[in-house]
Amino acid sequence: MGWFVAGVLLTAISGVPGFFTTRHGRSGERLACLLVLTGVASAAASVMVTLGAGSPVVLNAPWAVPGGELALRLDPLAALFILPLCLVVGAGSIYGLGYWPQADHPGNGRRFRLFYGLLAASMLLVLAADNSLLFLFAWEVMAVAAFFLVTTEQERAEARRAGFIYLVSAHAGALALFAMFVVLARETGSLHFPTAATLTGGSATLVFLLGLFGFGVKAGLMPLHIWLPPAHAAAPSHASALLSGIVLKTGIYGLLRLTSFFAVIPPWWGWTVLALGIVSGIFGVALALAQHDLKRLLAYHSVENIGIIAIGLGLALLGRSFALPALVLLGTSGALLHVVNHGLFKSLLFFSAGSVVHATGSREIDHYGGLLRRQPWTAVCFLSGAVAICGLPPFNGFVSEWLIYLAAFDVFQGESLTLRLAVLAAPALALIGGLAVACFVKVFGIAFLGEPRTPQAAAVDHDAAPSLRGPMLTLLLACAWIGLLPGTVAPLLQKATTCWAPTVKLASLGGALAPLPLVGAVGWVLLIYLAGLGWWLHRRTRNAPRDVSTWGCGYAAPTVRMQYTASSFADFLVGQFRFGLRTERHGGQIAGIFPPPATFSSHTPDAVLDRALLPGFRQVAHGCSWLRARVQNGLIPTYLLYVALTLVALLIMVAH
Amino acid sequence: MDTTFLPRAALHLVLLLTCAPLLQGVIGRTKALFAGRTGAPLLQPYFDLARLLRKESVFSRTTTWVFLAGPVVGVAVAILAALLVPFGALPAPIAFTGDLLLFVYLFGLSRFFTVASALDTGSSFEGMGGAREVTFACLAEPTVLFSLIVLAKLAGSLSLTDLLGPHLAAAWSGPAGLSLGLVTVCLLVVLLVENSRIPFDDPNTHLELTMIHEVMVLDHSGPTFALVMYGAALKLMVLGAPLVRLLLPVDTGSWAGDAGVFLAGMLLLAVLVGVIESVMARLRLVRIPQVLIGTTLLAGFALVLVIR
Repeated sequence: MGWFVAGVLLTAISGVPGFFTTRHGRSGERLACLLVLTGVASAAASVMVTLGAGSPVVLNAPWAVPGGELALRLDPLAALFILPLCLVVGAGSIYGLGYWPQADHPGNGRRFRLFYGLLAASMLLVLAADNSLLFLFAWEVMAVAAFFLVTTEQERAEARRAGFIYLVSAHAGALALFAMFVVLARETGSLHFPTAATLTGGSATLVFLLGLFGFGVKAGLMPLHIWLPPAHAAAPSHASALLSGIVLKTGIYGLLRLTSFFAVIPPWWGWTVLALGIVSGIFGVALALAQHDLKRLLAYHSVENIGIIAIGLGLALLGRSFALPALVLLGTSGALLHVVNHGLFKSLLFFSAGSVVHATGSREIDHYGGLLRRQPWTAVCFLSGAVAICGLPPFNGFVSEWLIYLAAFDVFQGESLTLRLAVLAAPALALIGGLAVACFVKVFGIAFLGEPRTPQAAAVDHDAAPSLRGPMLTLLLACAWIGLLPGTVAPLLQKATTCWAPTVKLASLGGALAPLPLVGAVGWVLLIYLAGLGWWLHRRTRNAPRDVSTWGCGYAAPTVRMQYTASSFADFLVGQFRFGLRTERHGGQIAGIFPPPATFSSHTPDAVLDRALLPGFRQVAHGCSWLRARVQNGLIPTYLLYVALTLVALLIMVAH
Repeated sequence: MDTTFLPRAALHLVLLLTCAPLLQGVIGRTKALFAGRTGAPLLQPYFDLARLLRKESVFSRTTTWVFLAGPVVGVAVAILAALLVPFGALPAPIAFTGDLLLFVYLFGLSRFFTVASALDTGSSFEGMGGAREVTFACLAEPTVLFSLIVLAKLAGSLSLTDLLGPHLAAAWSGPAGLSLGLVTVCLLVVLLVENSRIPFDDPNTHLELTMIHEVMVLDHSGPTFALVMYGAALKLMVLGAPLVRLLLPVDTGSWAGDAGVFLAGMLLLAVLVGVIESVMARLRLVRIPQVLIGTTLLAGFALVLVIR
């Protein structure tokens, strides 16, 4: 545990020495990177030792805050969140050396690194906290540090707006959590977290609803996802990776930890989480399809993946309500493994997107094209991340989705007919998977394949620098490892499930996770086939002519602007979701016999933020100003009337 | 891994690799008969493959290695998926709980790379074909899952070999018969969509704007195109295998008998596809999503009937 605390402290202060170095020097950022690496390595090592030891490691130290206690607890459940955190934070800090060098960003580089370290340290603390006050303290530090990362480029209006939306939603969520912990403390009589599966209280419903809101905002469950797309788009790419890959997961961690306290889980909890998960999954990916901005698109995919995790969690909760151990194990394992996987492949995608943005200076997918020739490493990393996030074998995304599918199929083991309806999660997952394939084929195909669509894309002359490439390849290896050797994570998943639901008899299960090594084996066979066939075709076509133009139905003078764009690729599919997306189209109409040049643009606003919340709040603000104009009407007699009424009211109060 | 693994896998692969192009020949011959033509010989697909293999590929200067990855993944996935699916009464060489999802997702991988290799040419036509392909696949995917749920419920297992086990013969005459009928219809629709047959796509159309699958492979040539054609033939056989088993749940007890029944079933299925292609017109593009959503609802009904 000492190592863990040392790791947290080292990471937290990693940005501080930079302020004592010169504005343009490299020493500050190198030192910060070294401190972060040492910090996360020591935290990760202590977590590994804990896992090896078998029993959770606990630290209790006094804290001057009333009711507070420096109570830390490392168990397998927290470990599954901490390990990817350490990997992504470490990779991100190396990536930052090349992506956000102090020399190029003298204005905000040092501030960025201060809050990067602080964010990482506060998340470690959130995941290890065993006391409500400590948890909330770390939670707030995390929220504020993330705000400063989002507004790194505060001179841009877009970043300020994104930061503001994030801050408001984060604090709305935090408010709910404060209320939740107060109710929880009244229930247990202490601010210390209760032991798993011990709580049986009357206010469980209230606690669950407050927790679902508070943690749901952080996780980005639809319709609470409003802060996510703008914030991910505005932050520098390695901060987006951290936000999307790890910060969102603290919300999932909160939900898991909270539900673990209760001895009895009412079925409607599971149904609610499951329904929210399905909605987030389908609409998250549909909204992603309609985006033109690469980083916004990836952000909507985070909503989708949080949805998939919530589906797994919902199934696991139902498993606890209906006492089905296999359902609990499969649902929790799927959700937890997807937490890890999403952290890995989403960071990989954000890192490679960052490399593209860095080289082209644009986030518009339609401004890229032909980048595979110019950035081969970045392209391979993005492609692997895309295959992984679509849940396709042989990468890690498939393994976790496979577990969640098995959980959905497992509901037939129960006697209850209503429970069997939960099998509908499987077709929903299939739809999500199909849409994700469509979306990532679009991004990869339009950005990396074909001819460059703009002069900027054609002018790209460098691939990711080694400091960018190293972290990307590390994450790629991690994705491949879980995809090809999934049997190695099974024991950890089983331990974490026991930690979440200690009352469920997992020992009686035999091998619900036993086919995992076979899934990996099929992945290996696939790789062997691919290598063999690819080698044969490569040899067979080595000397083929490669200097003809693409078949254009006989048209001899094609230009790069005639290529299919991201919007046109998605249009047919997005059209099927017209009812939910309401894409706005501007222009594109041709009039007259000799039509003048016309323009066309389309834009899909966020269903919740732009269509409901902002107009709603505008109405409320309008109403308030109307009321103020009535009350503060500027007439002296009215004010005299107010004074008189107050006087009468006071007199009545005194008389009582 | 038991001792019969290698011979069983070998039998599976031999059946798949040698007989798959024949199905295309049978479809072509059936269509020719309906049209009153003599038609190409049954073995024409083999001749086509041999000719393409002898030729040289020509590559657009826009293309990269992704252009080759599409056909390679298509063939590799079909061969691998064949090992997960029972051929008639011959059990799958690789069977484990949950292999049905691997089966479905392997074809997702193949679709990803086919569309990516189409986009690699930078041609609008190929992009159009890719967009249609992914759209229809998205809409067909829930149907597949609903059908698999029905079969899994009836079999009480999550492995394709058990799903398509000997219990099907009894199930047809039992209360689940109607469900099985609906599932068969749904899987037939999925087979036609996935293999780009009429009424969803016309493999013989000659206007690029109206093509779906064919337009995605416009630029492939020589051995590369041979892989595309071969991959398509393998896919038809692999996706047809569950359907044949559903309709012909016969166990003869001997390997040779089972393989014979399976092959006969596959040929009959090819004739059926040929008949459908001959008697139906191609659907308008905007109607296809409606048909696919309708199929999903049918599969949903099949599930309602057996959920108890």
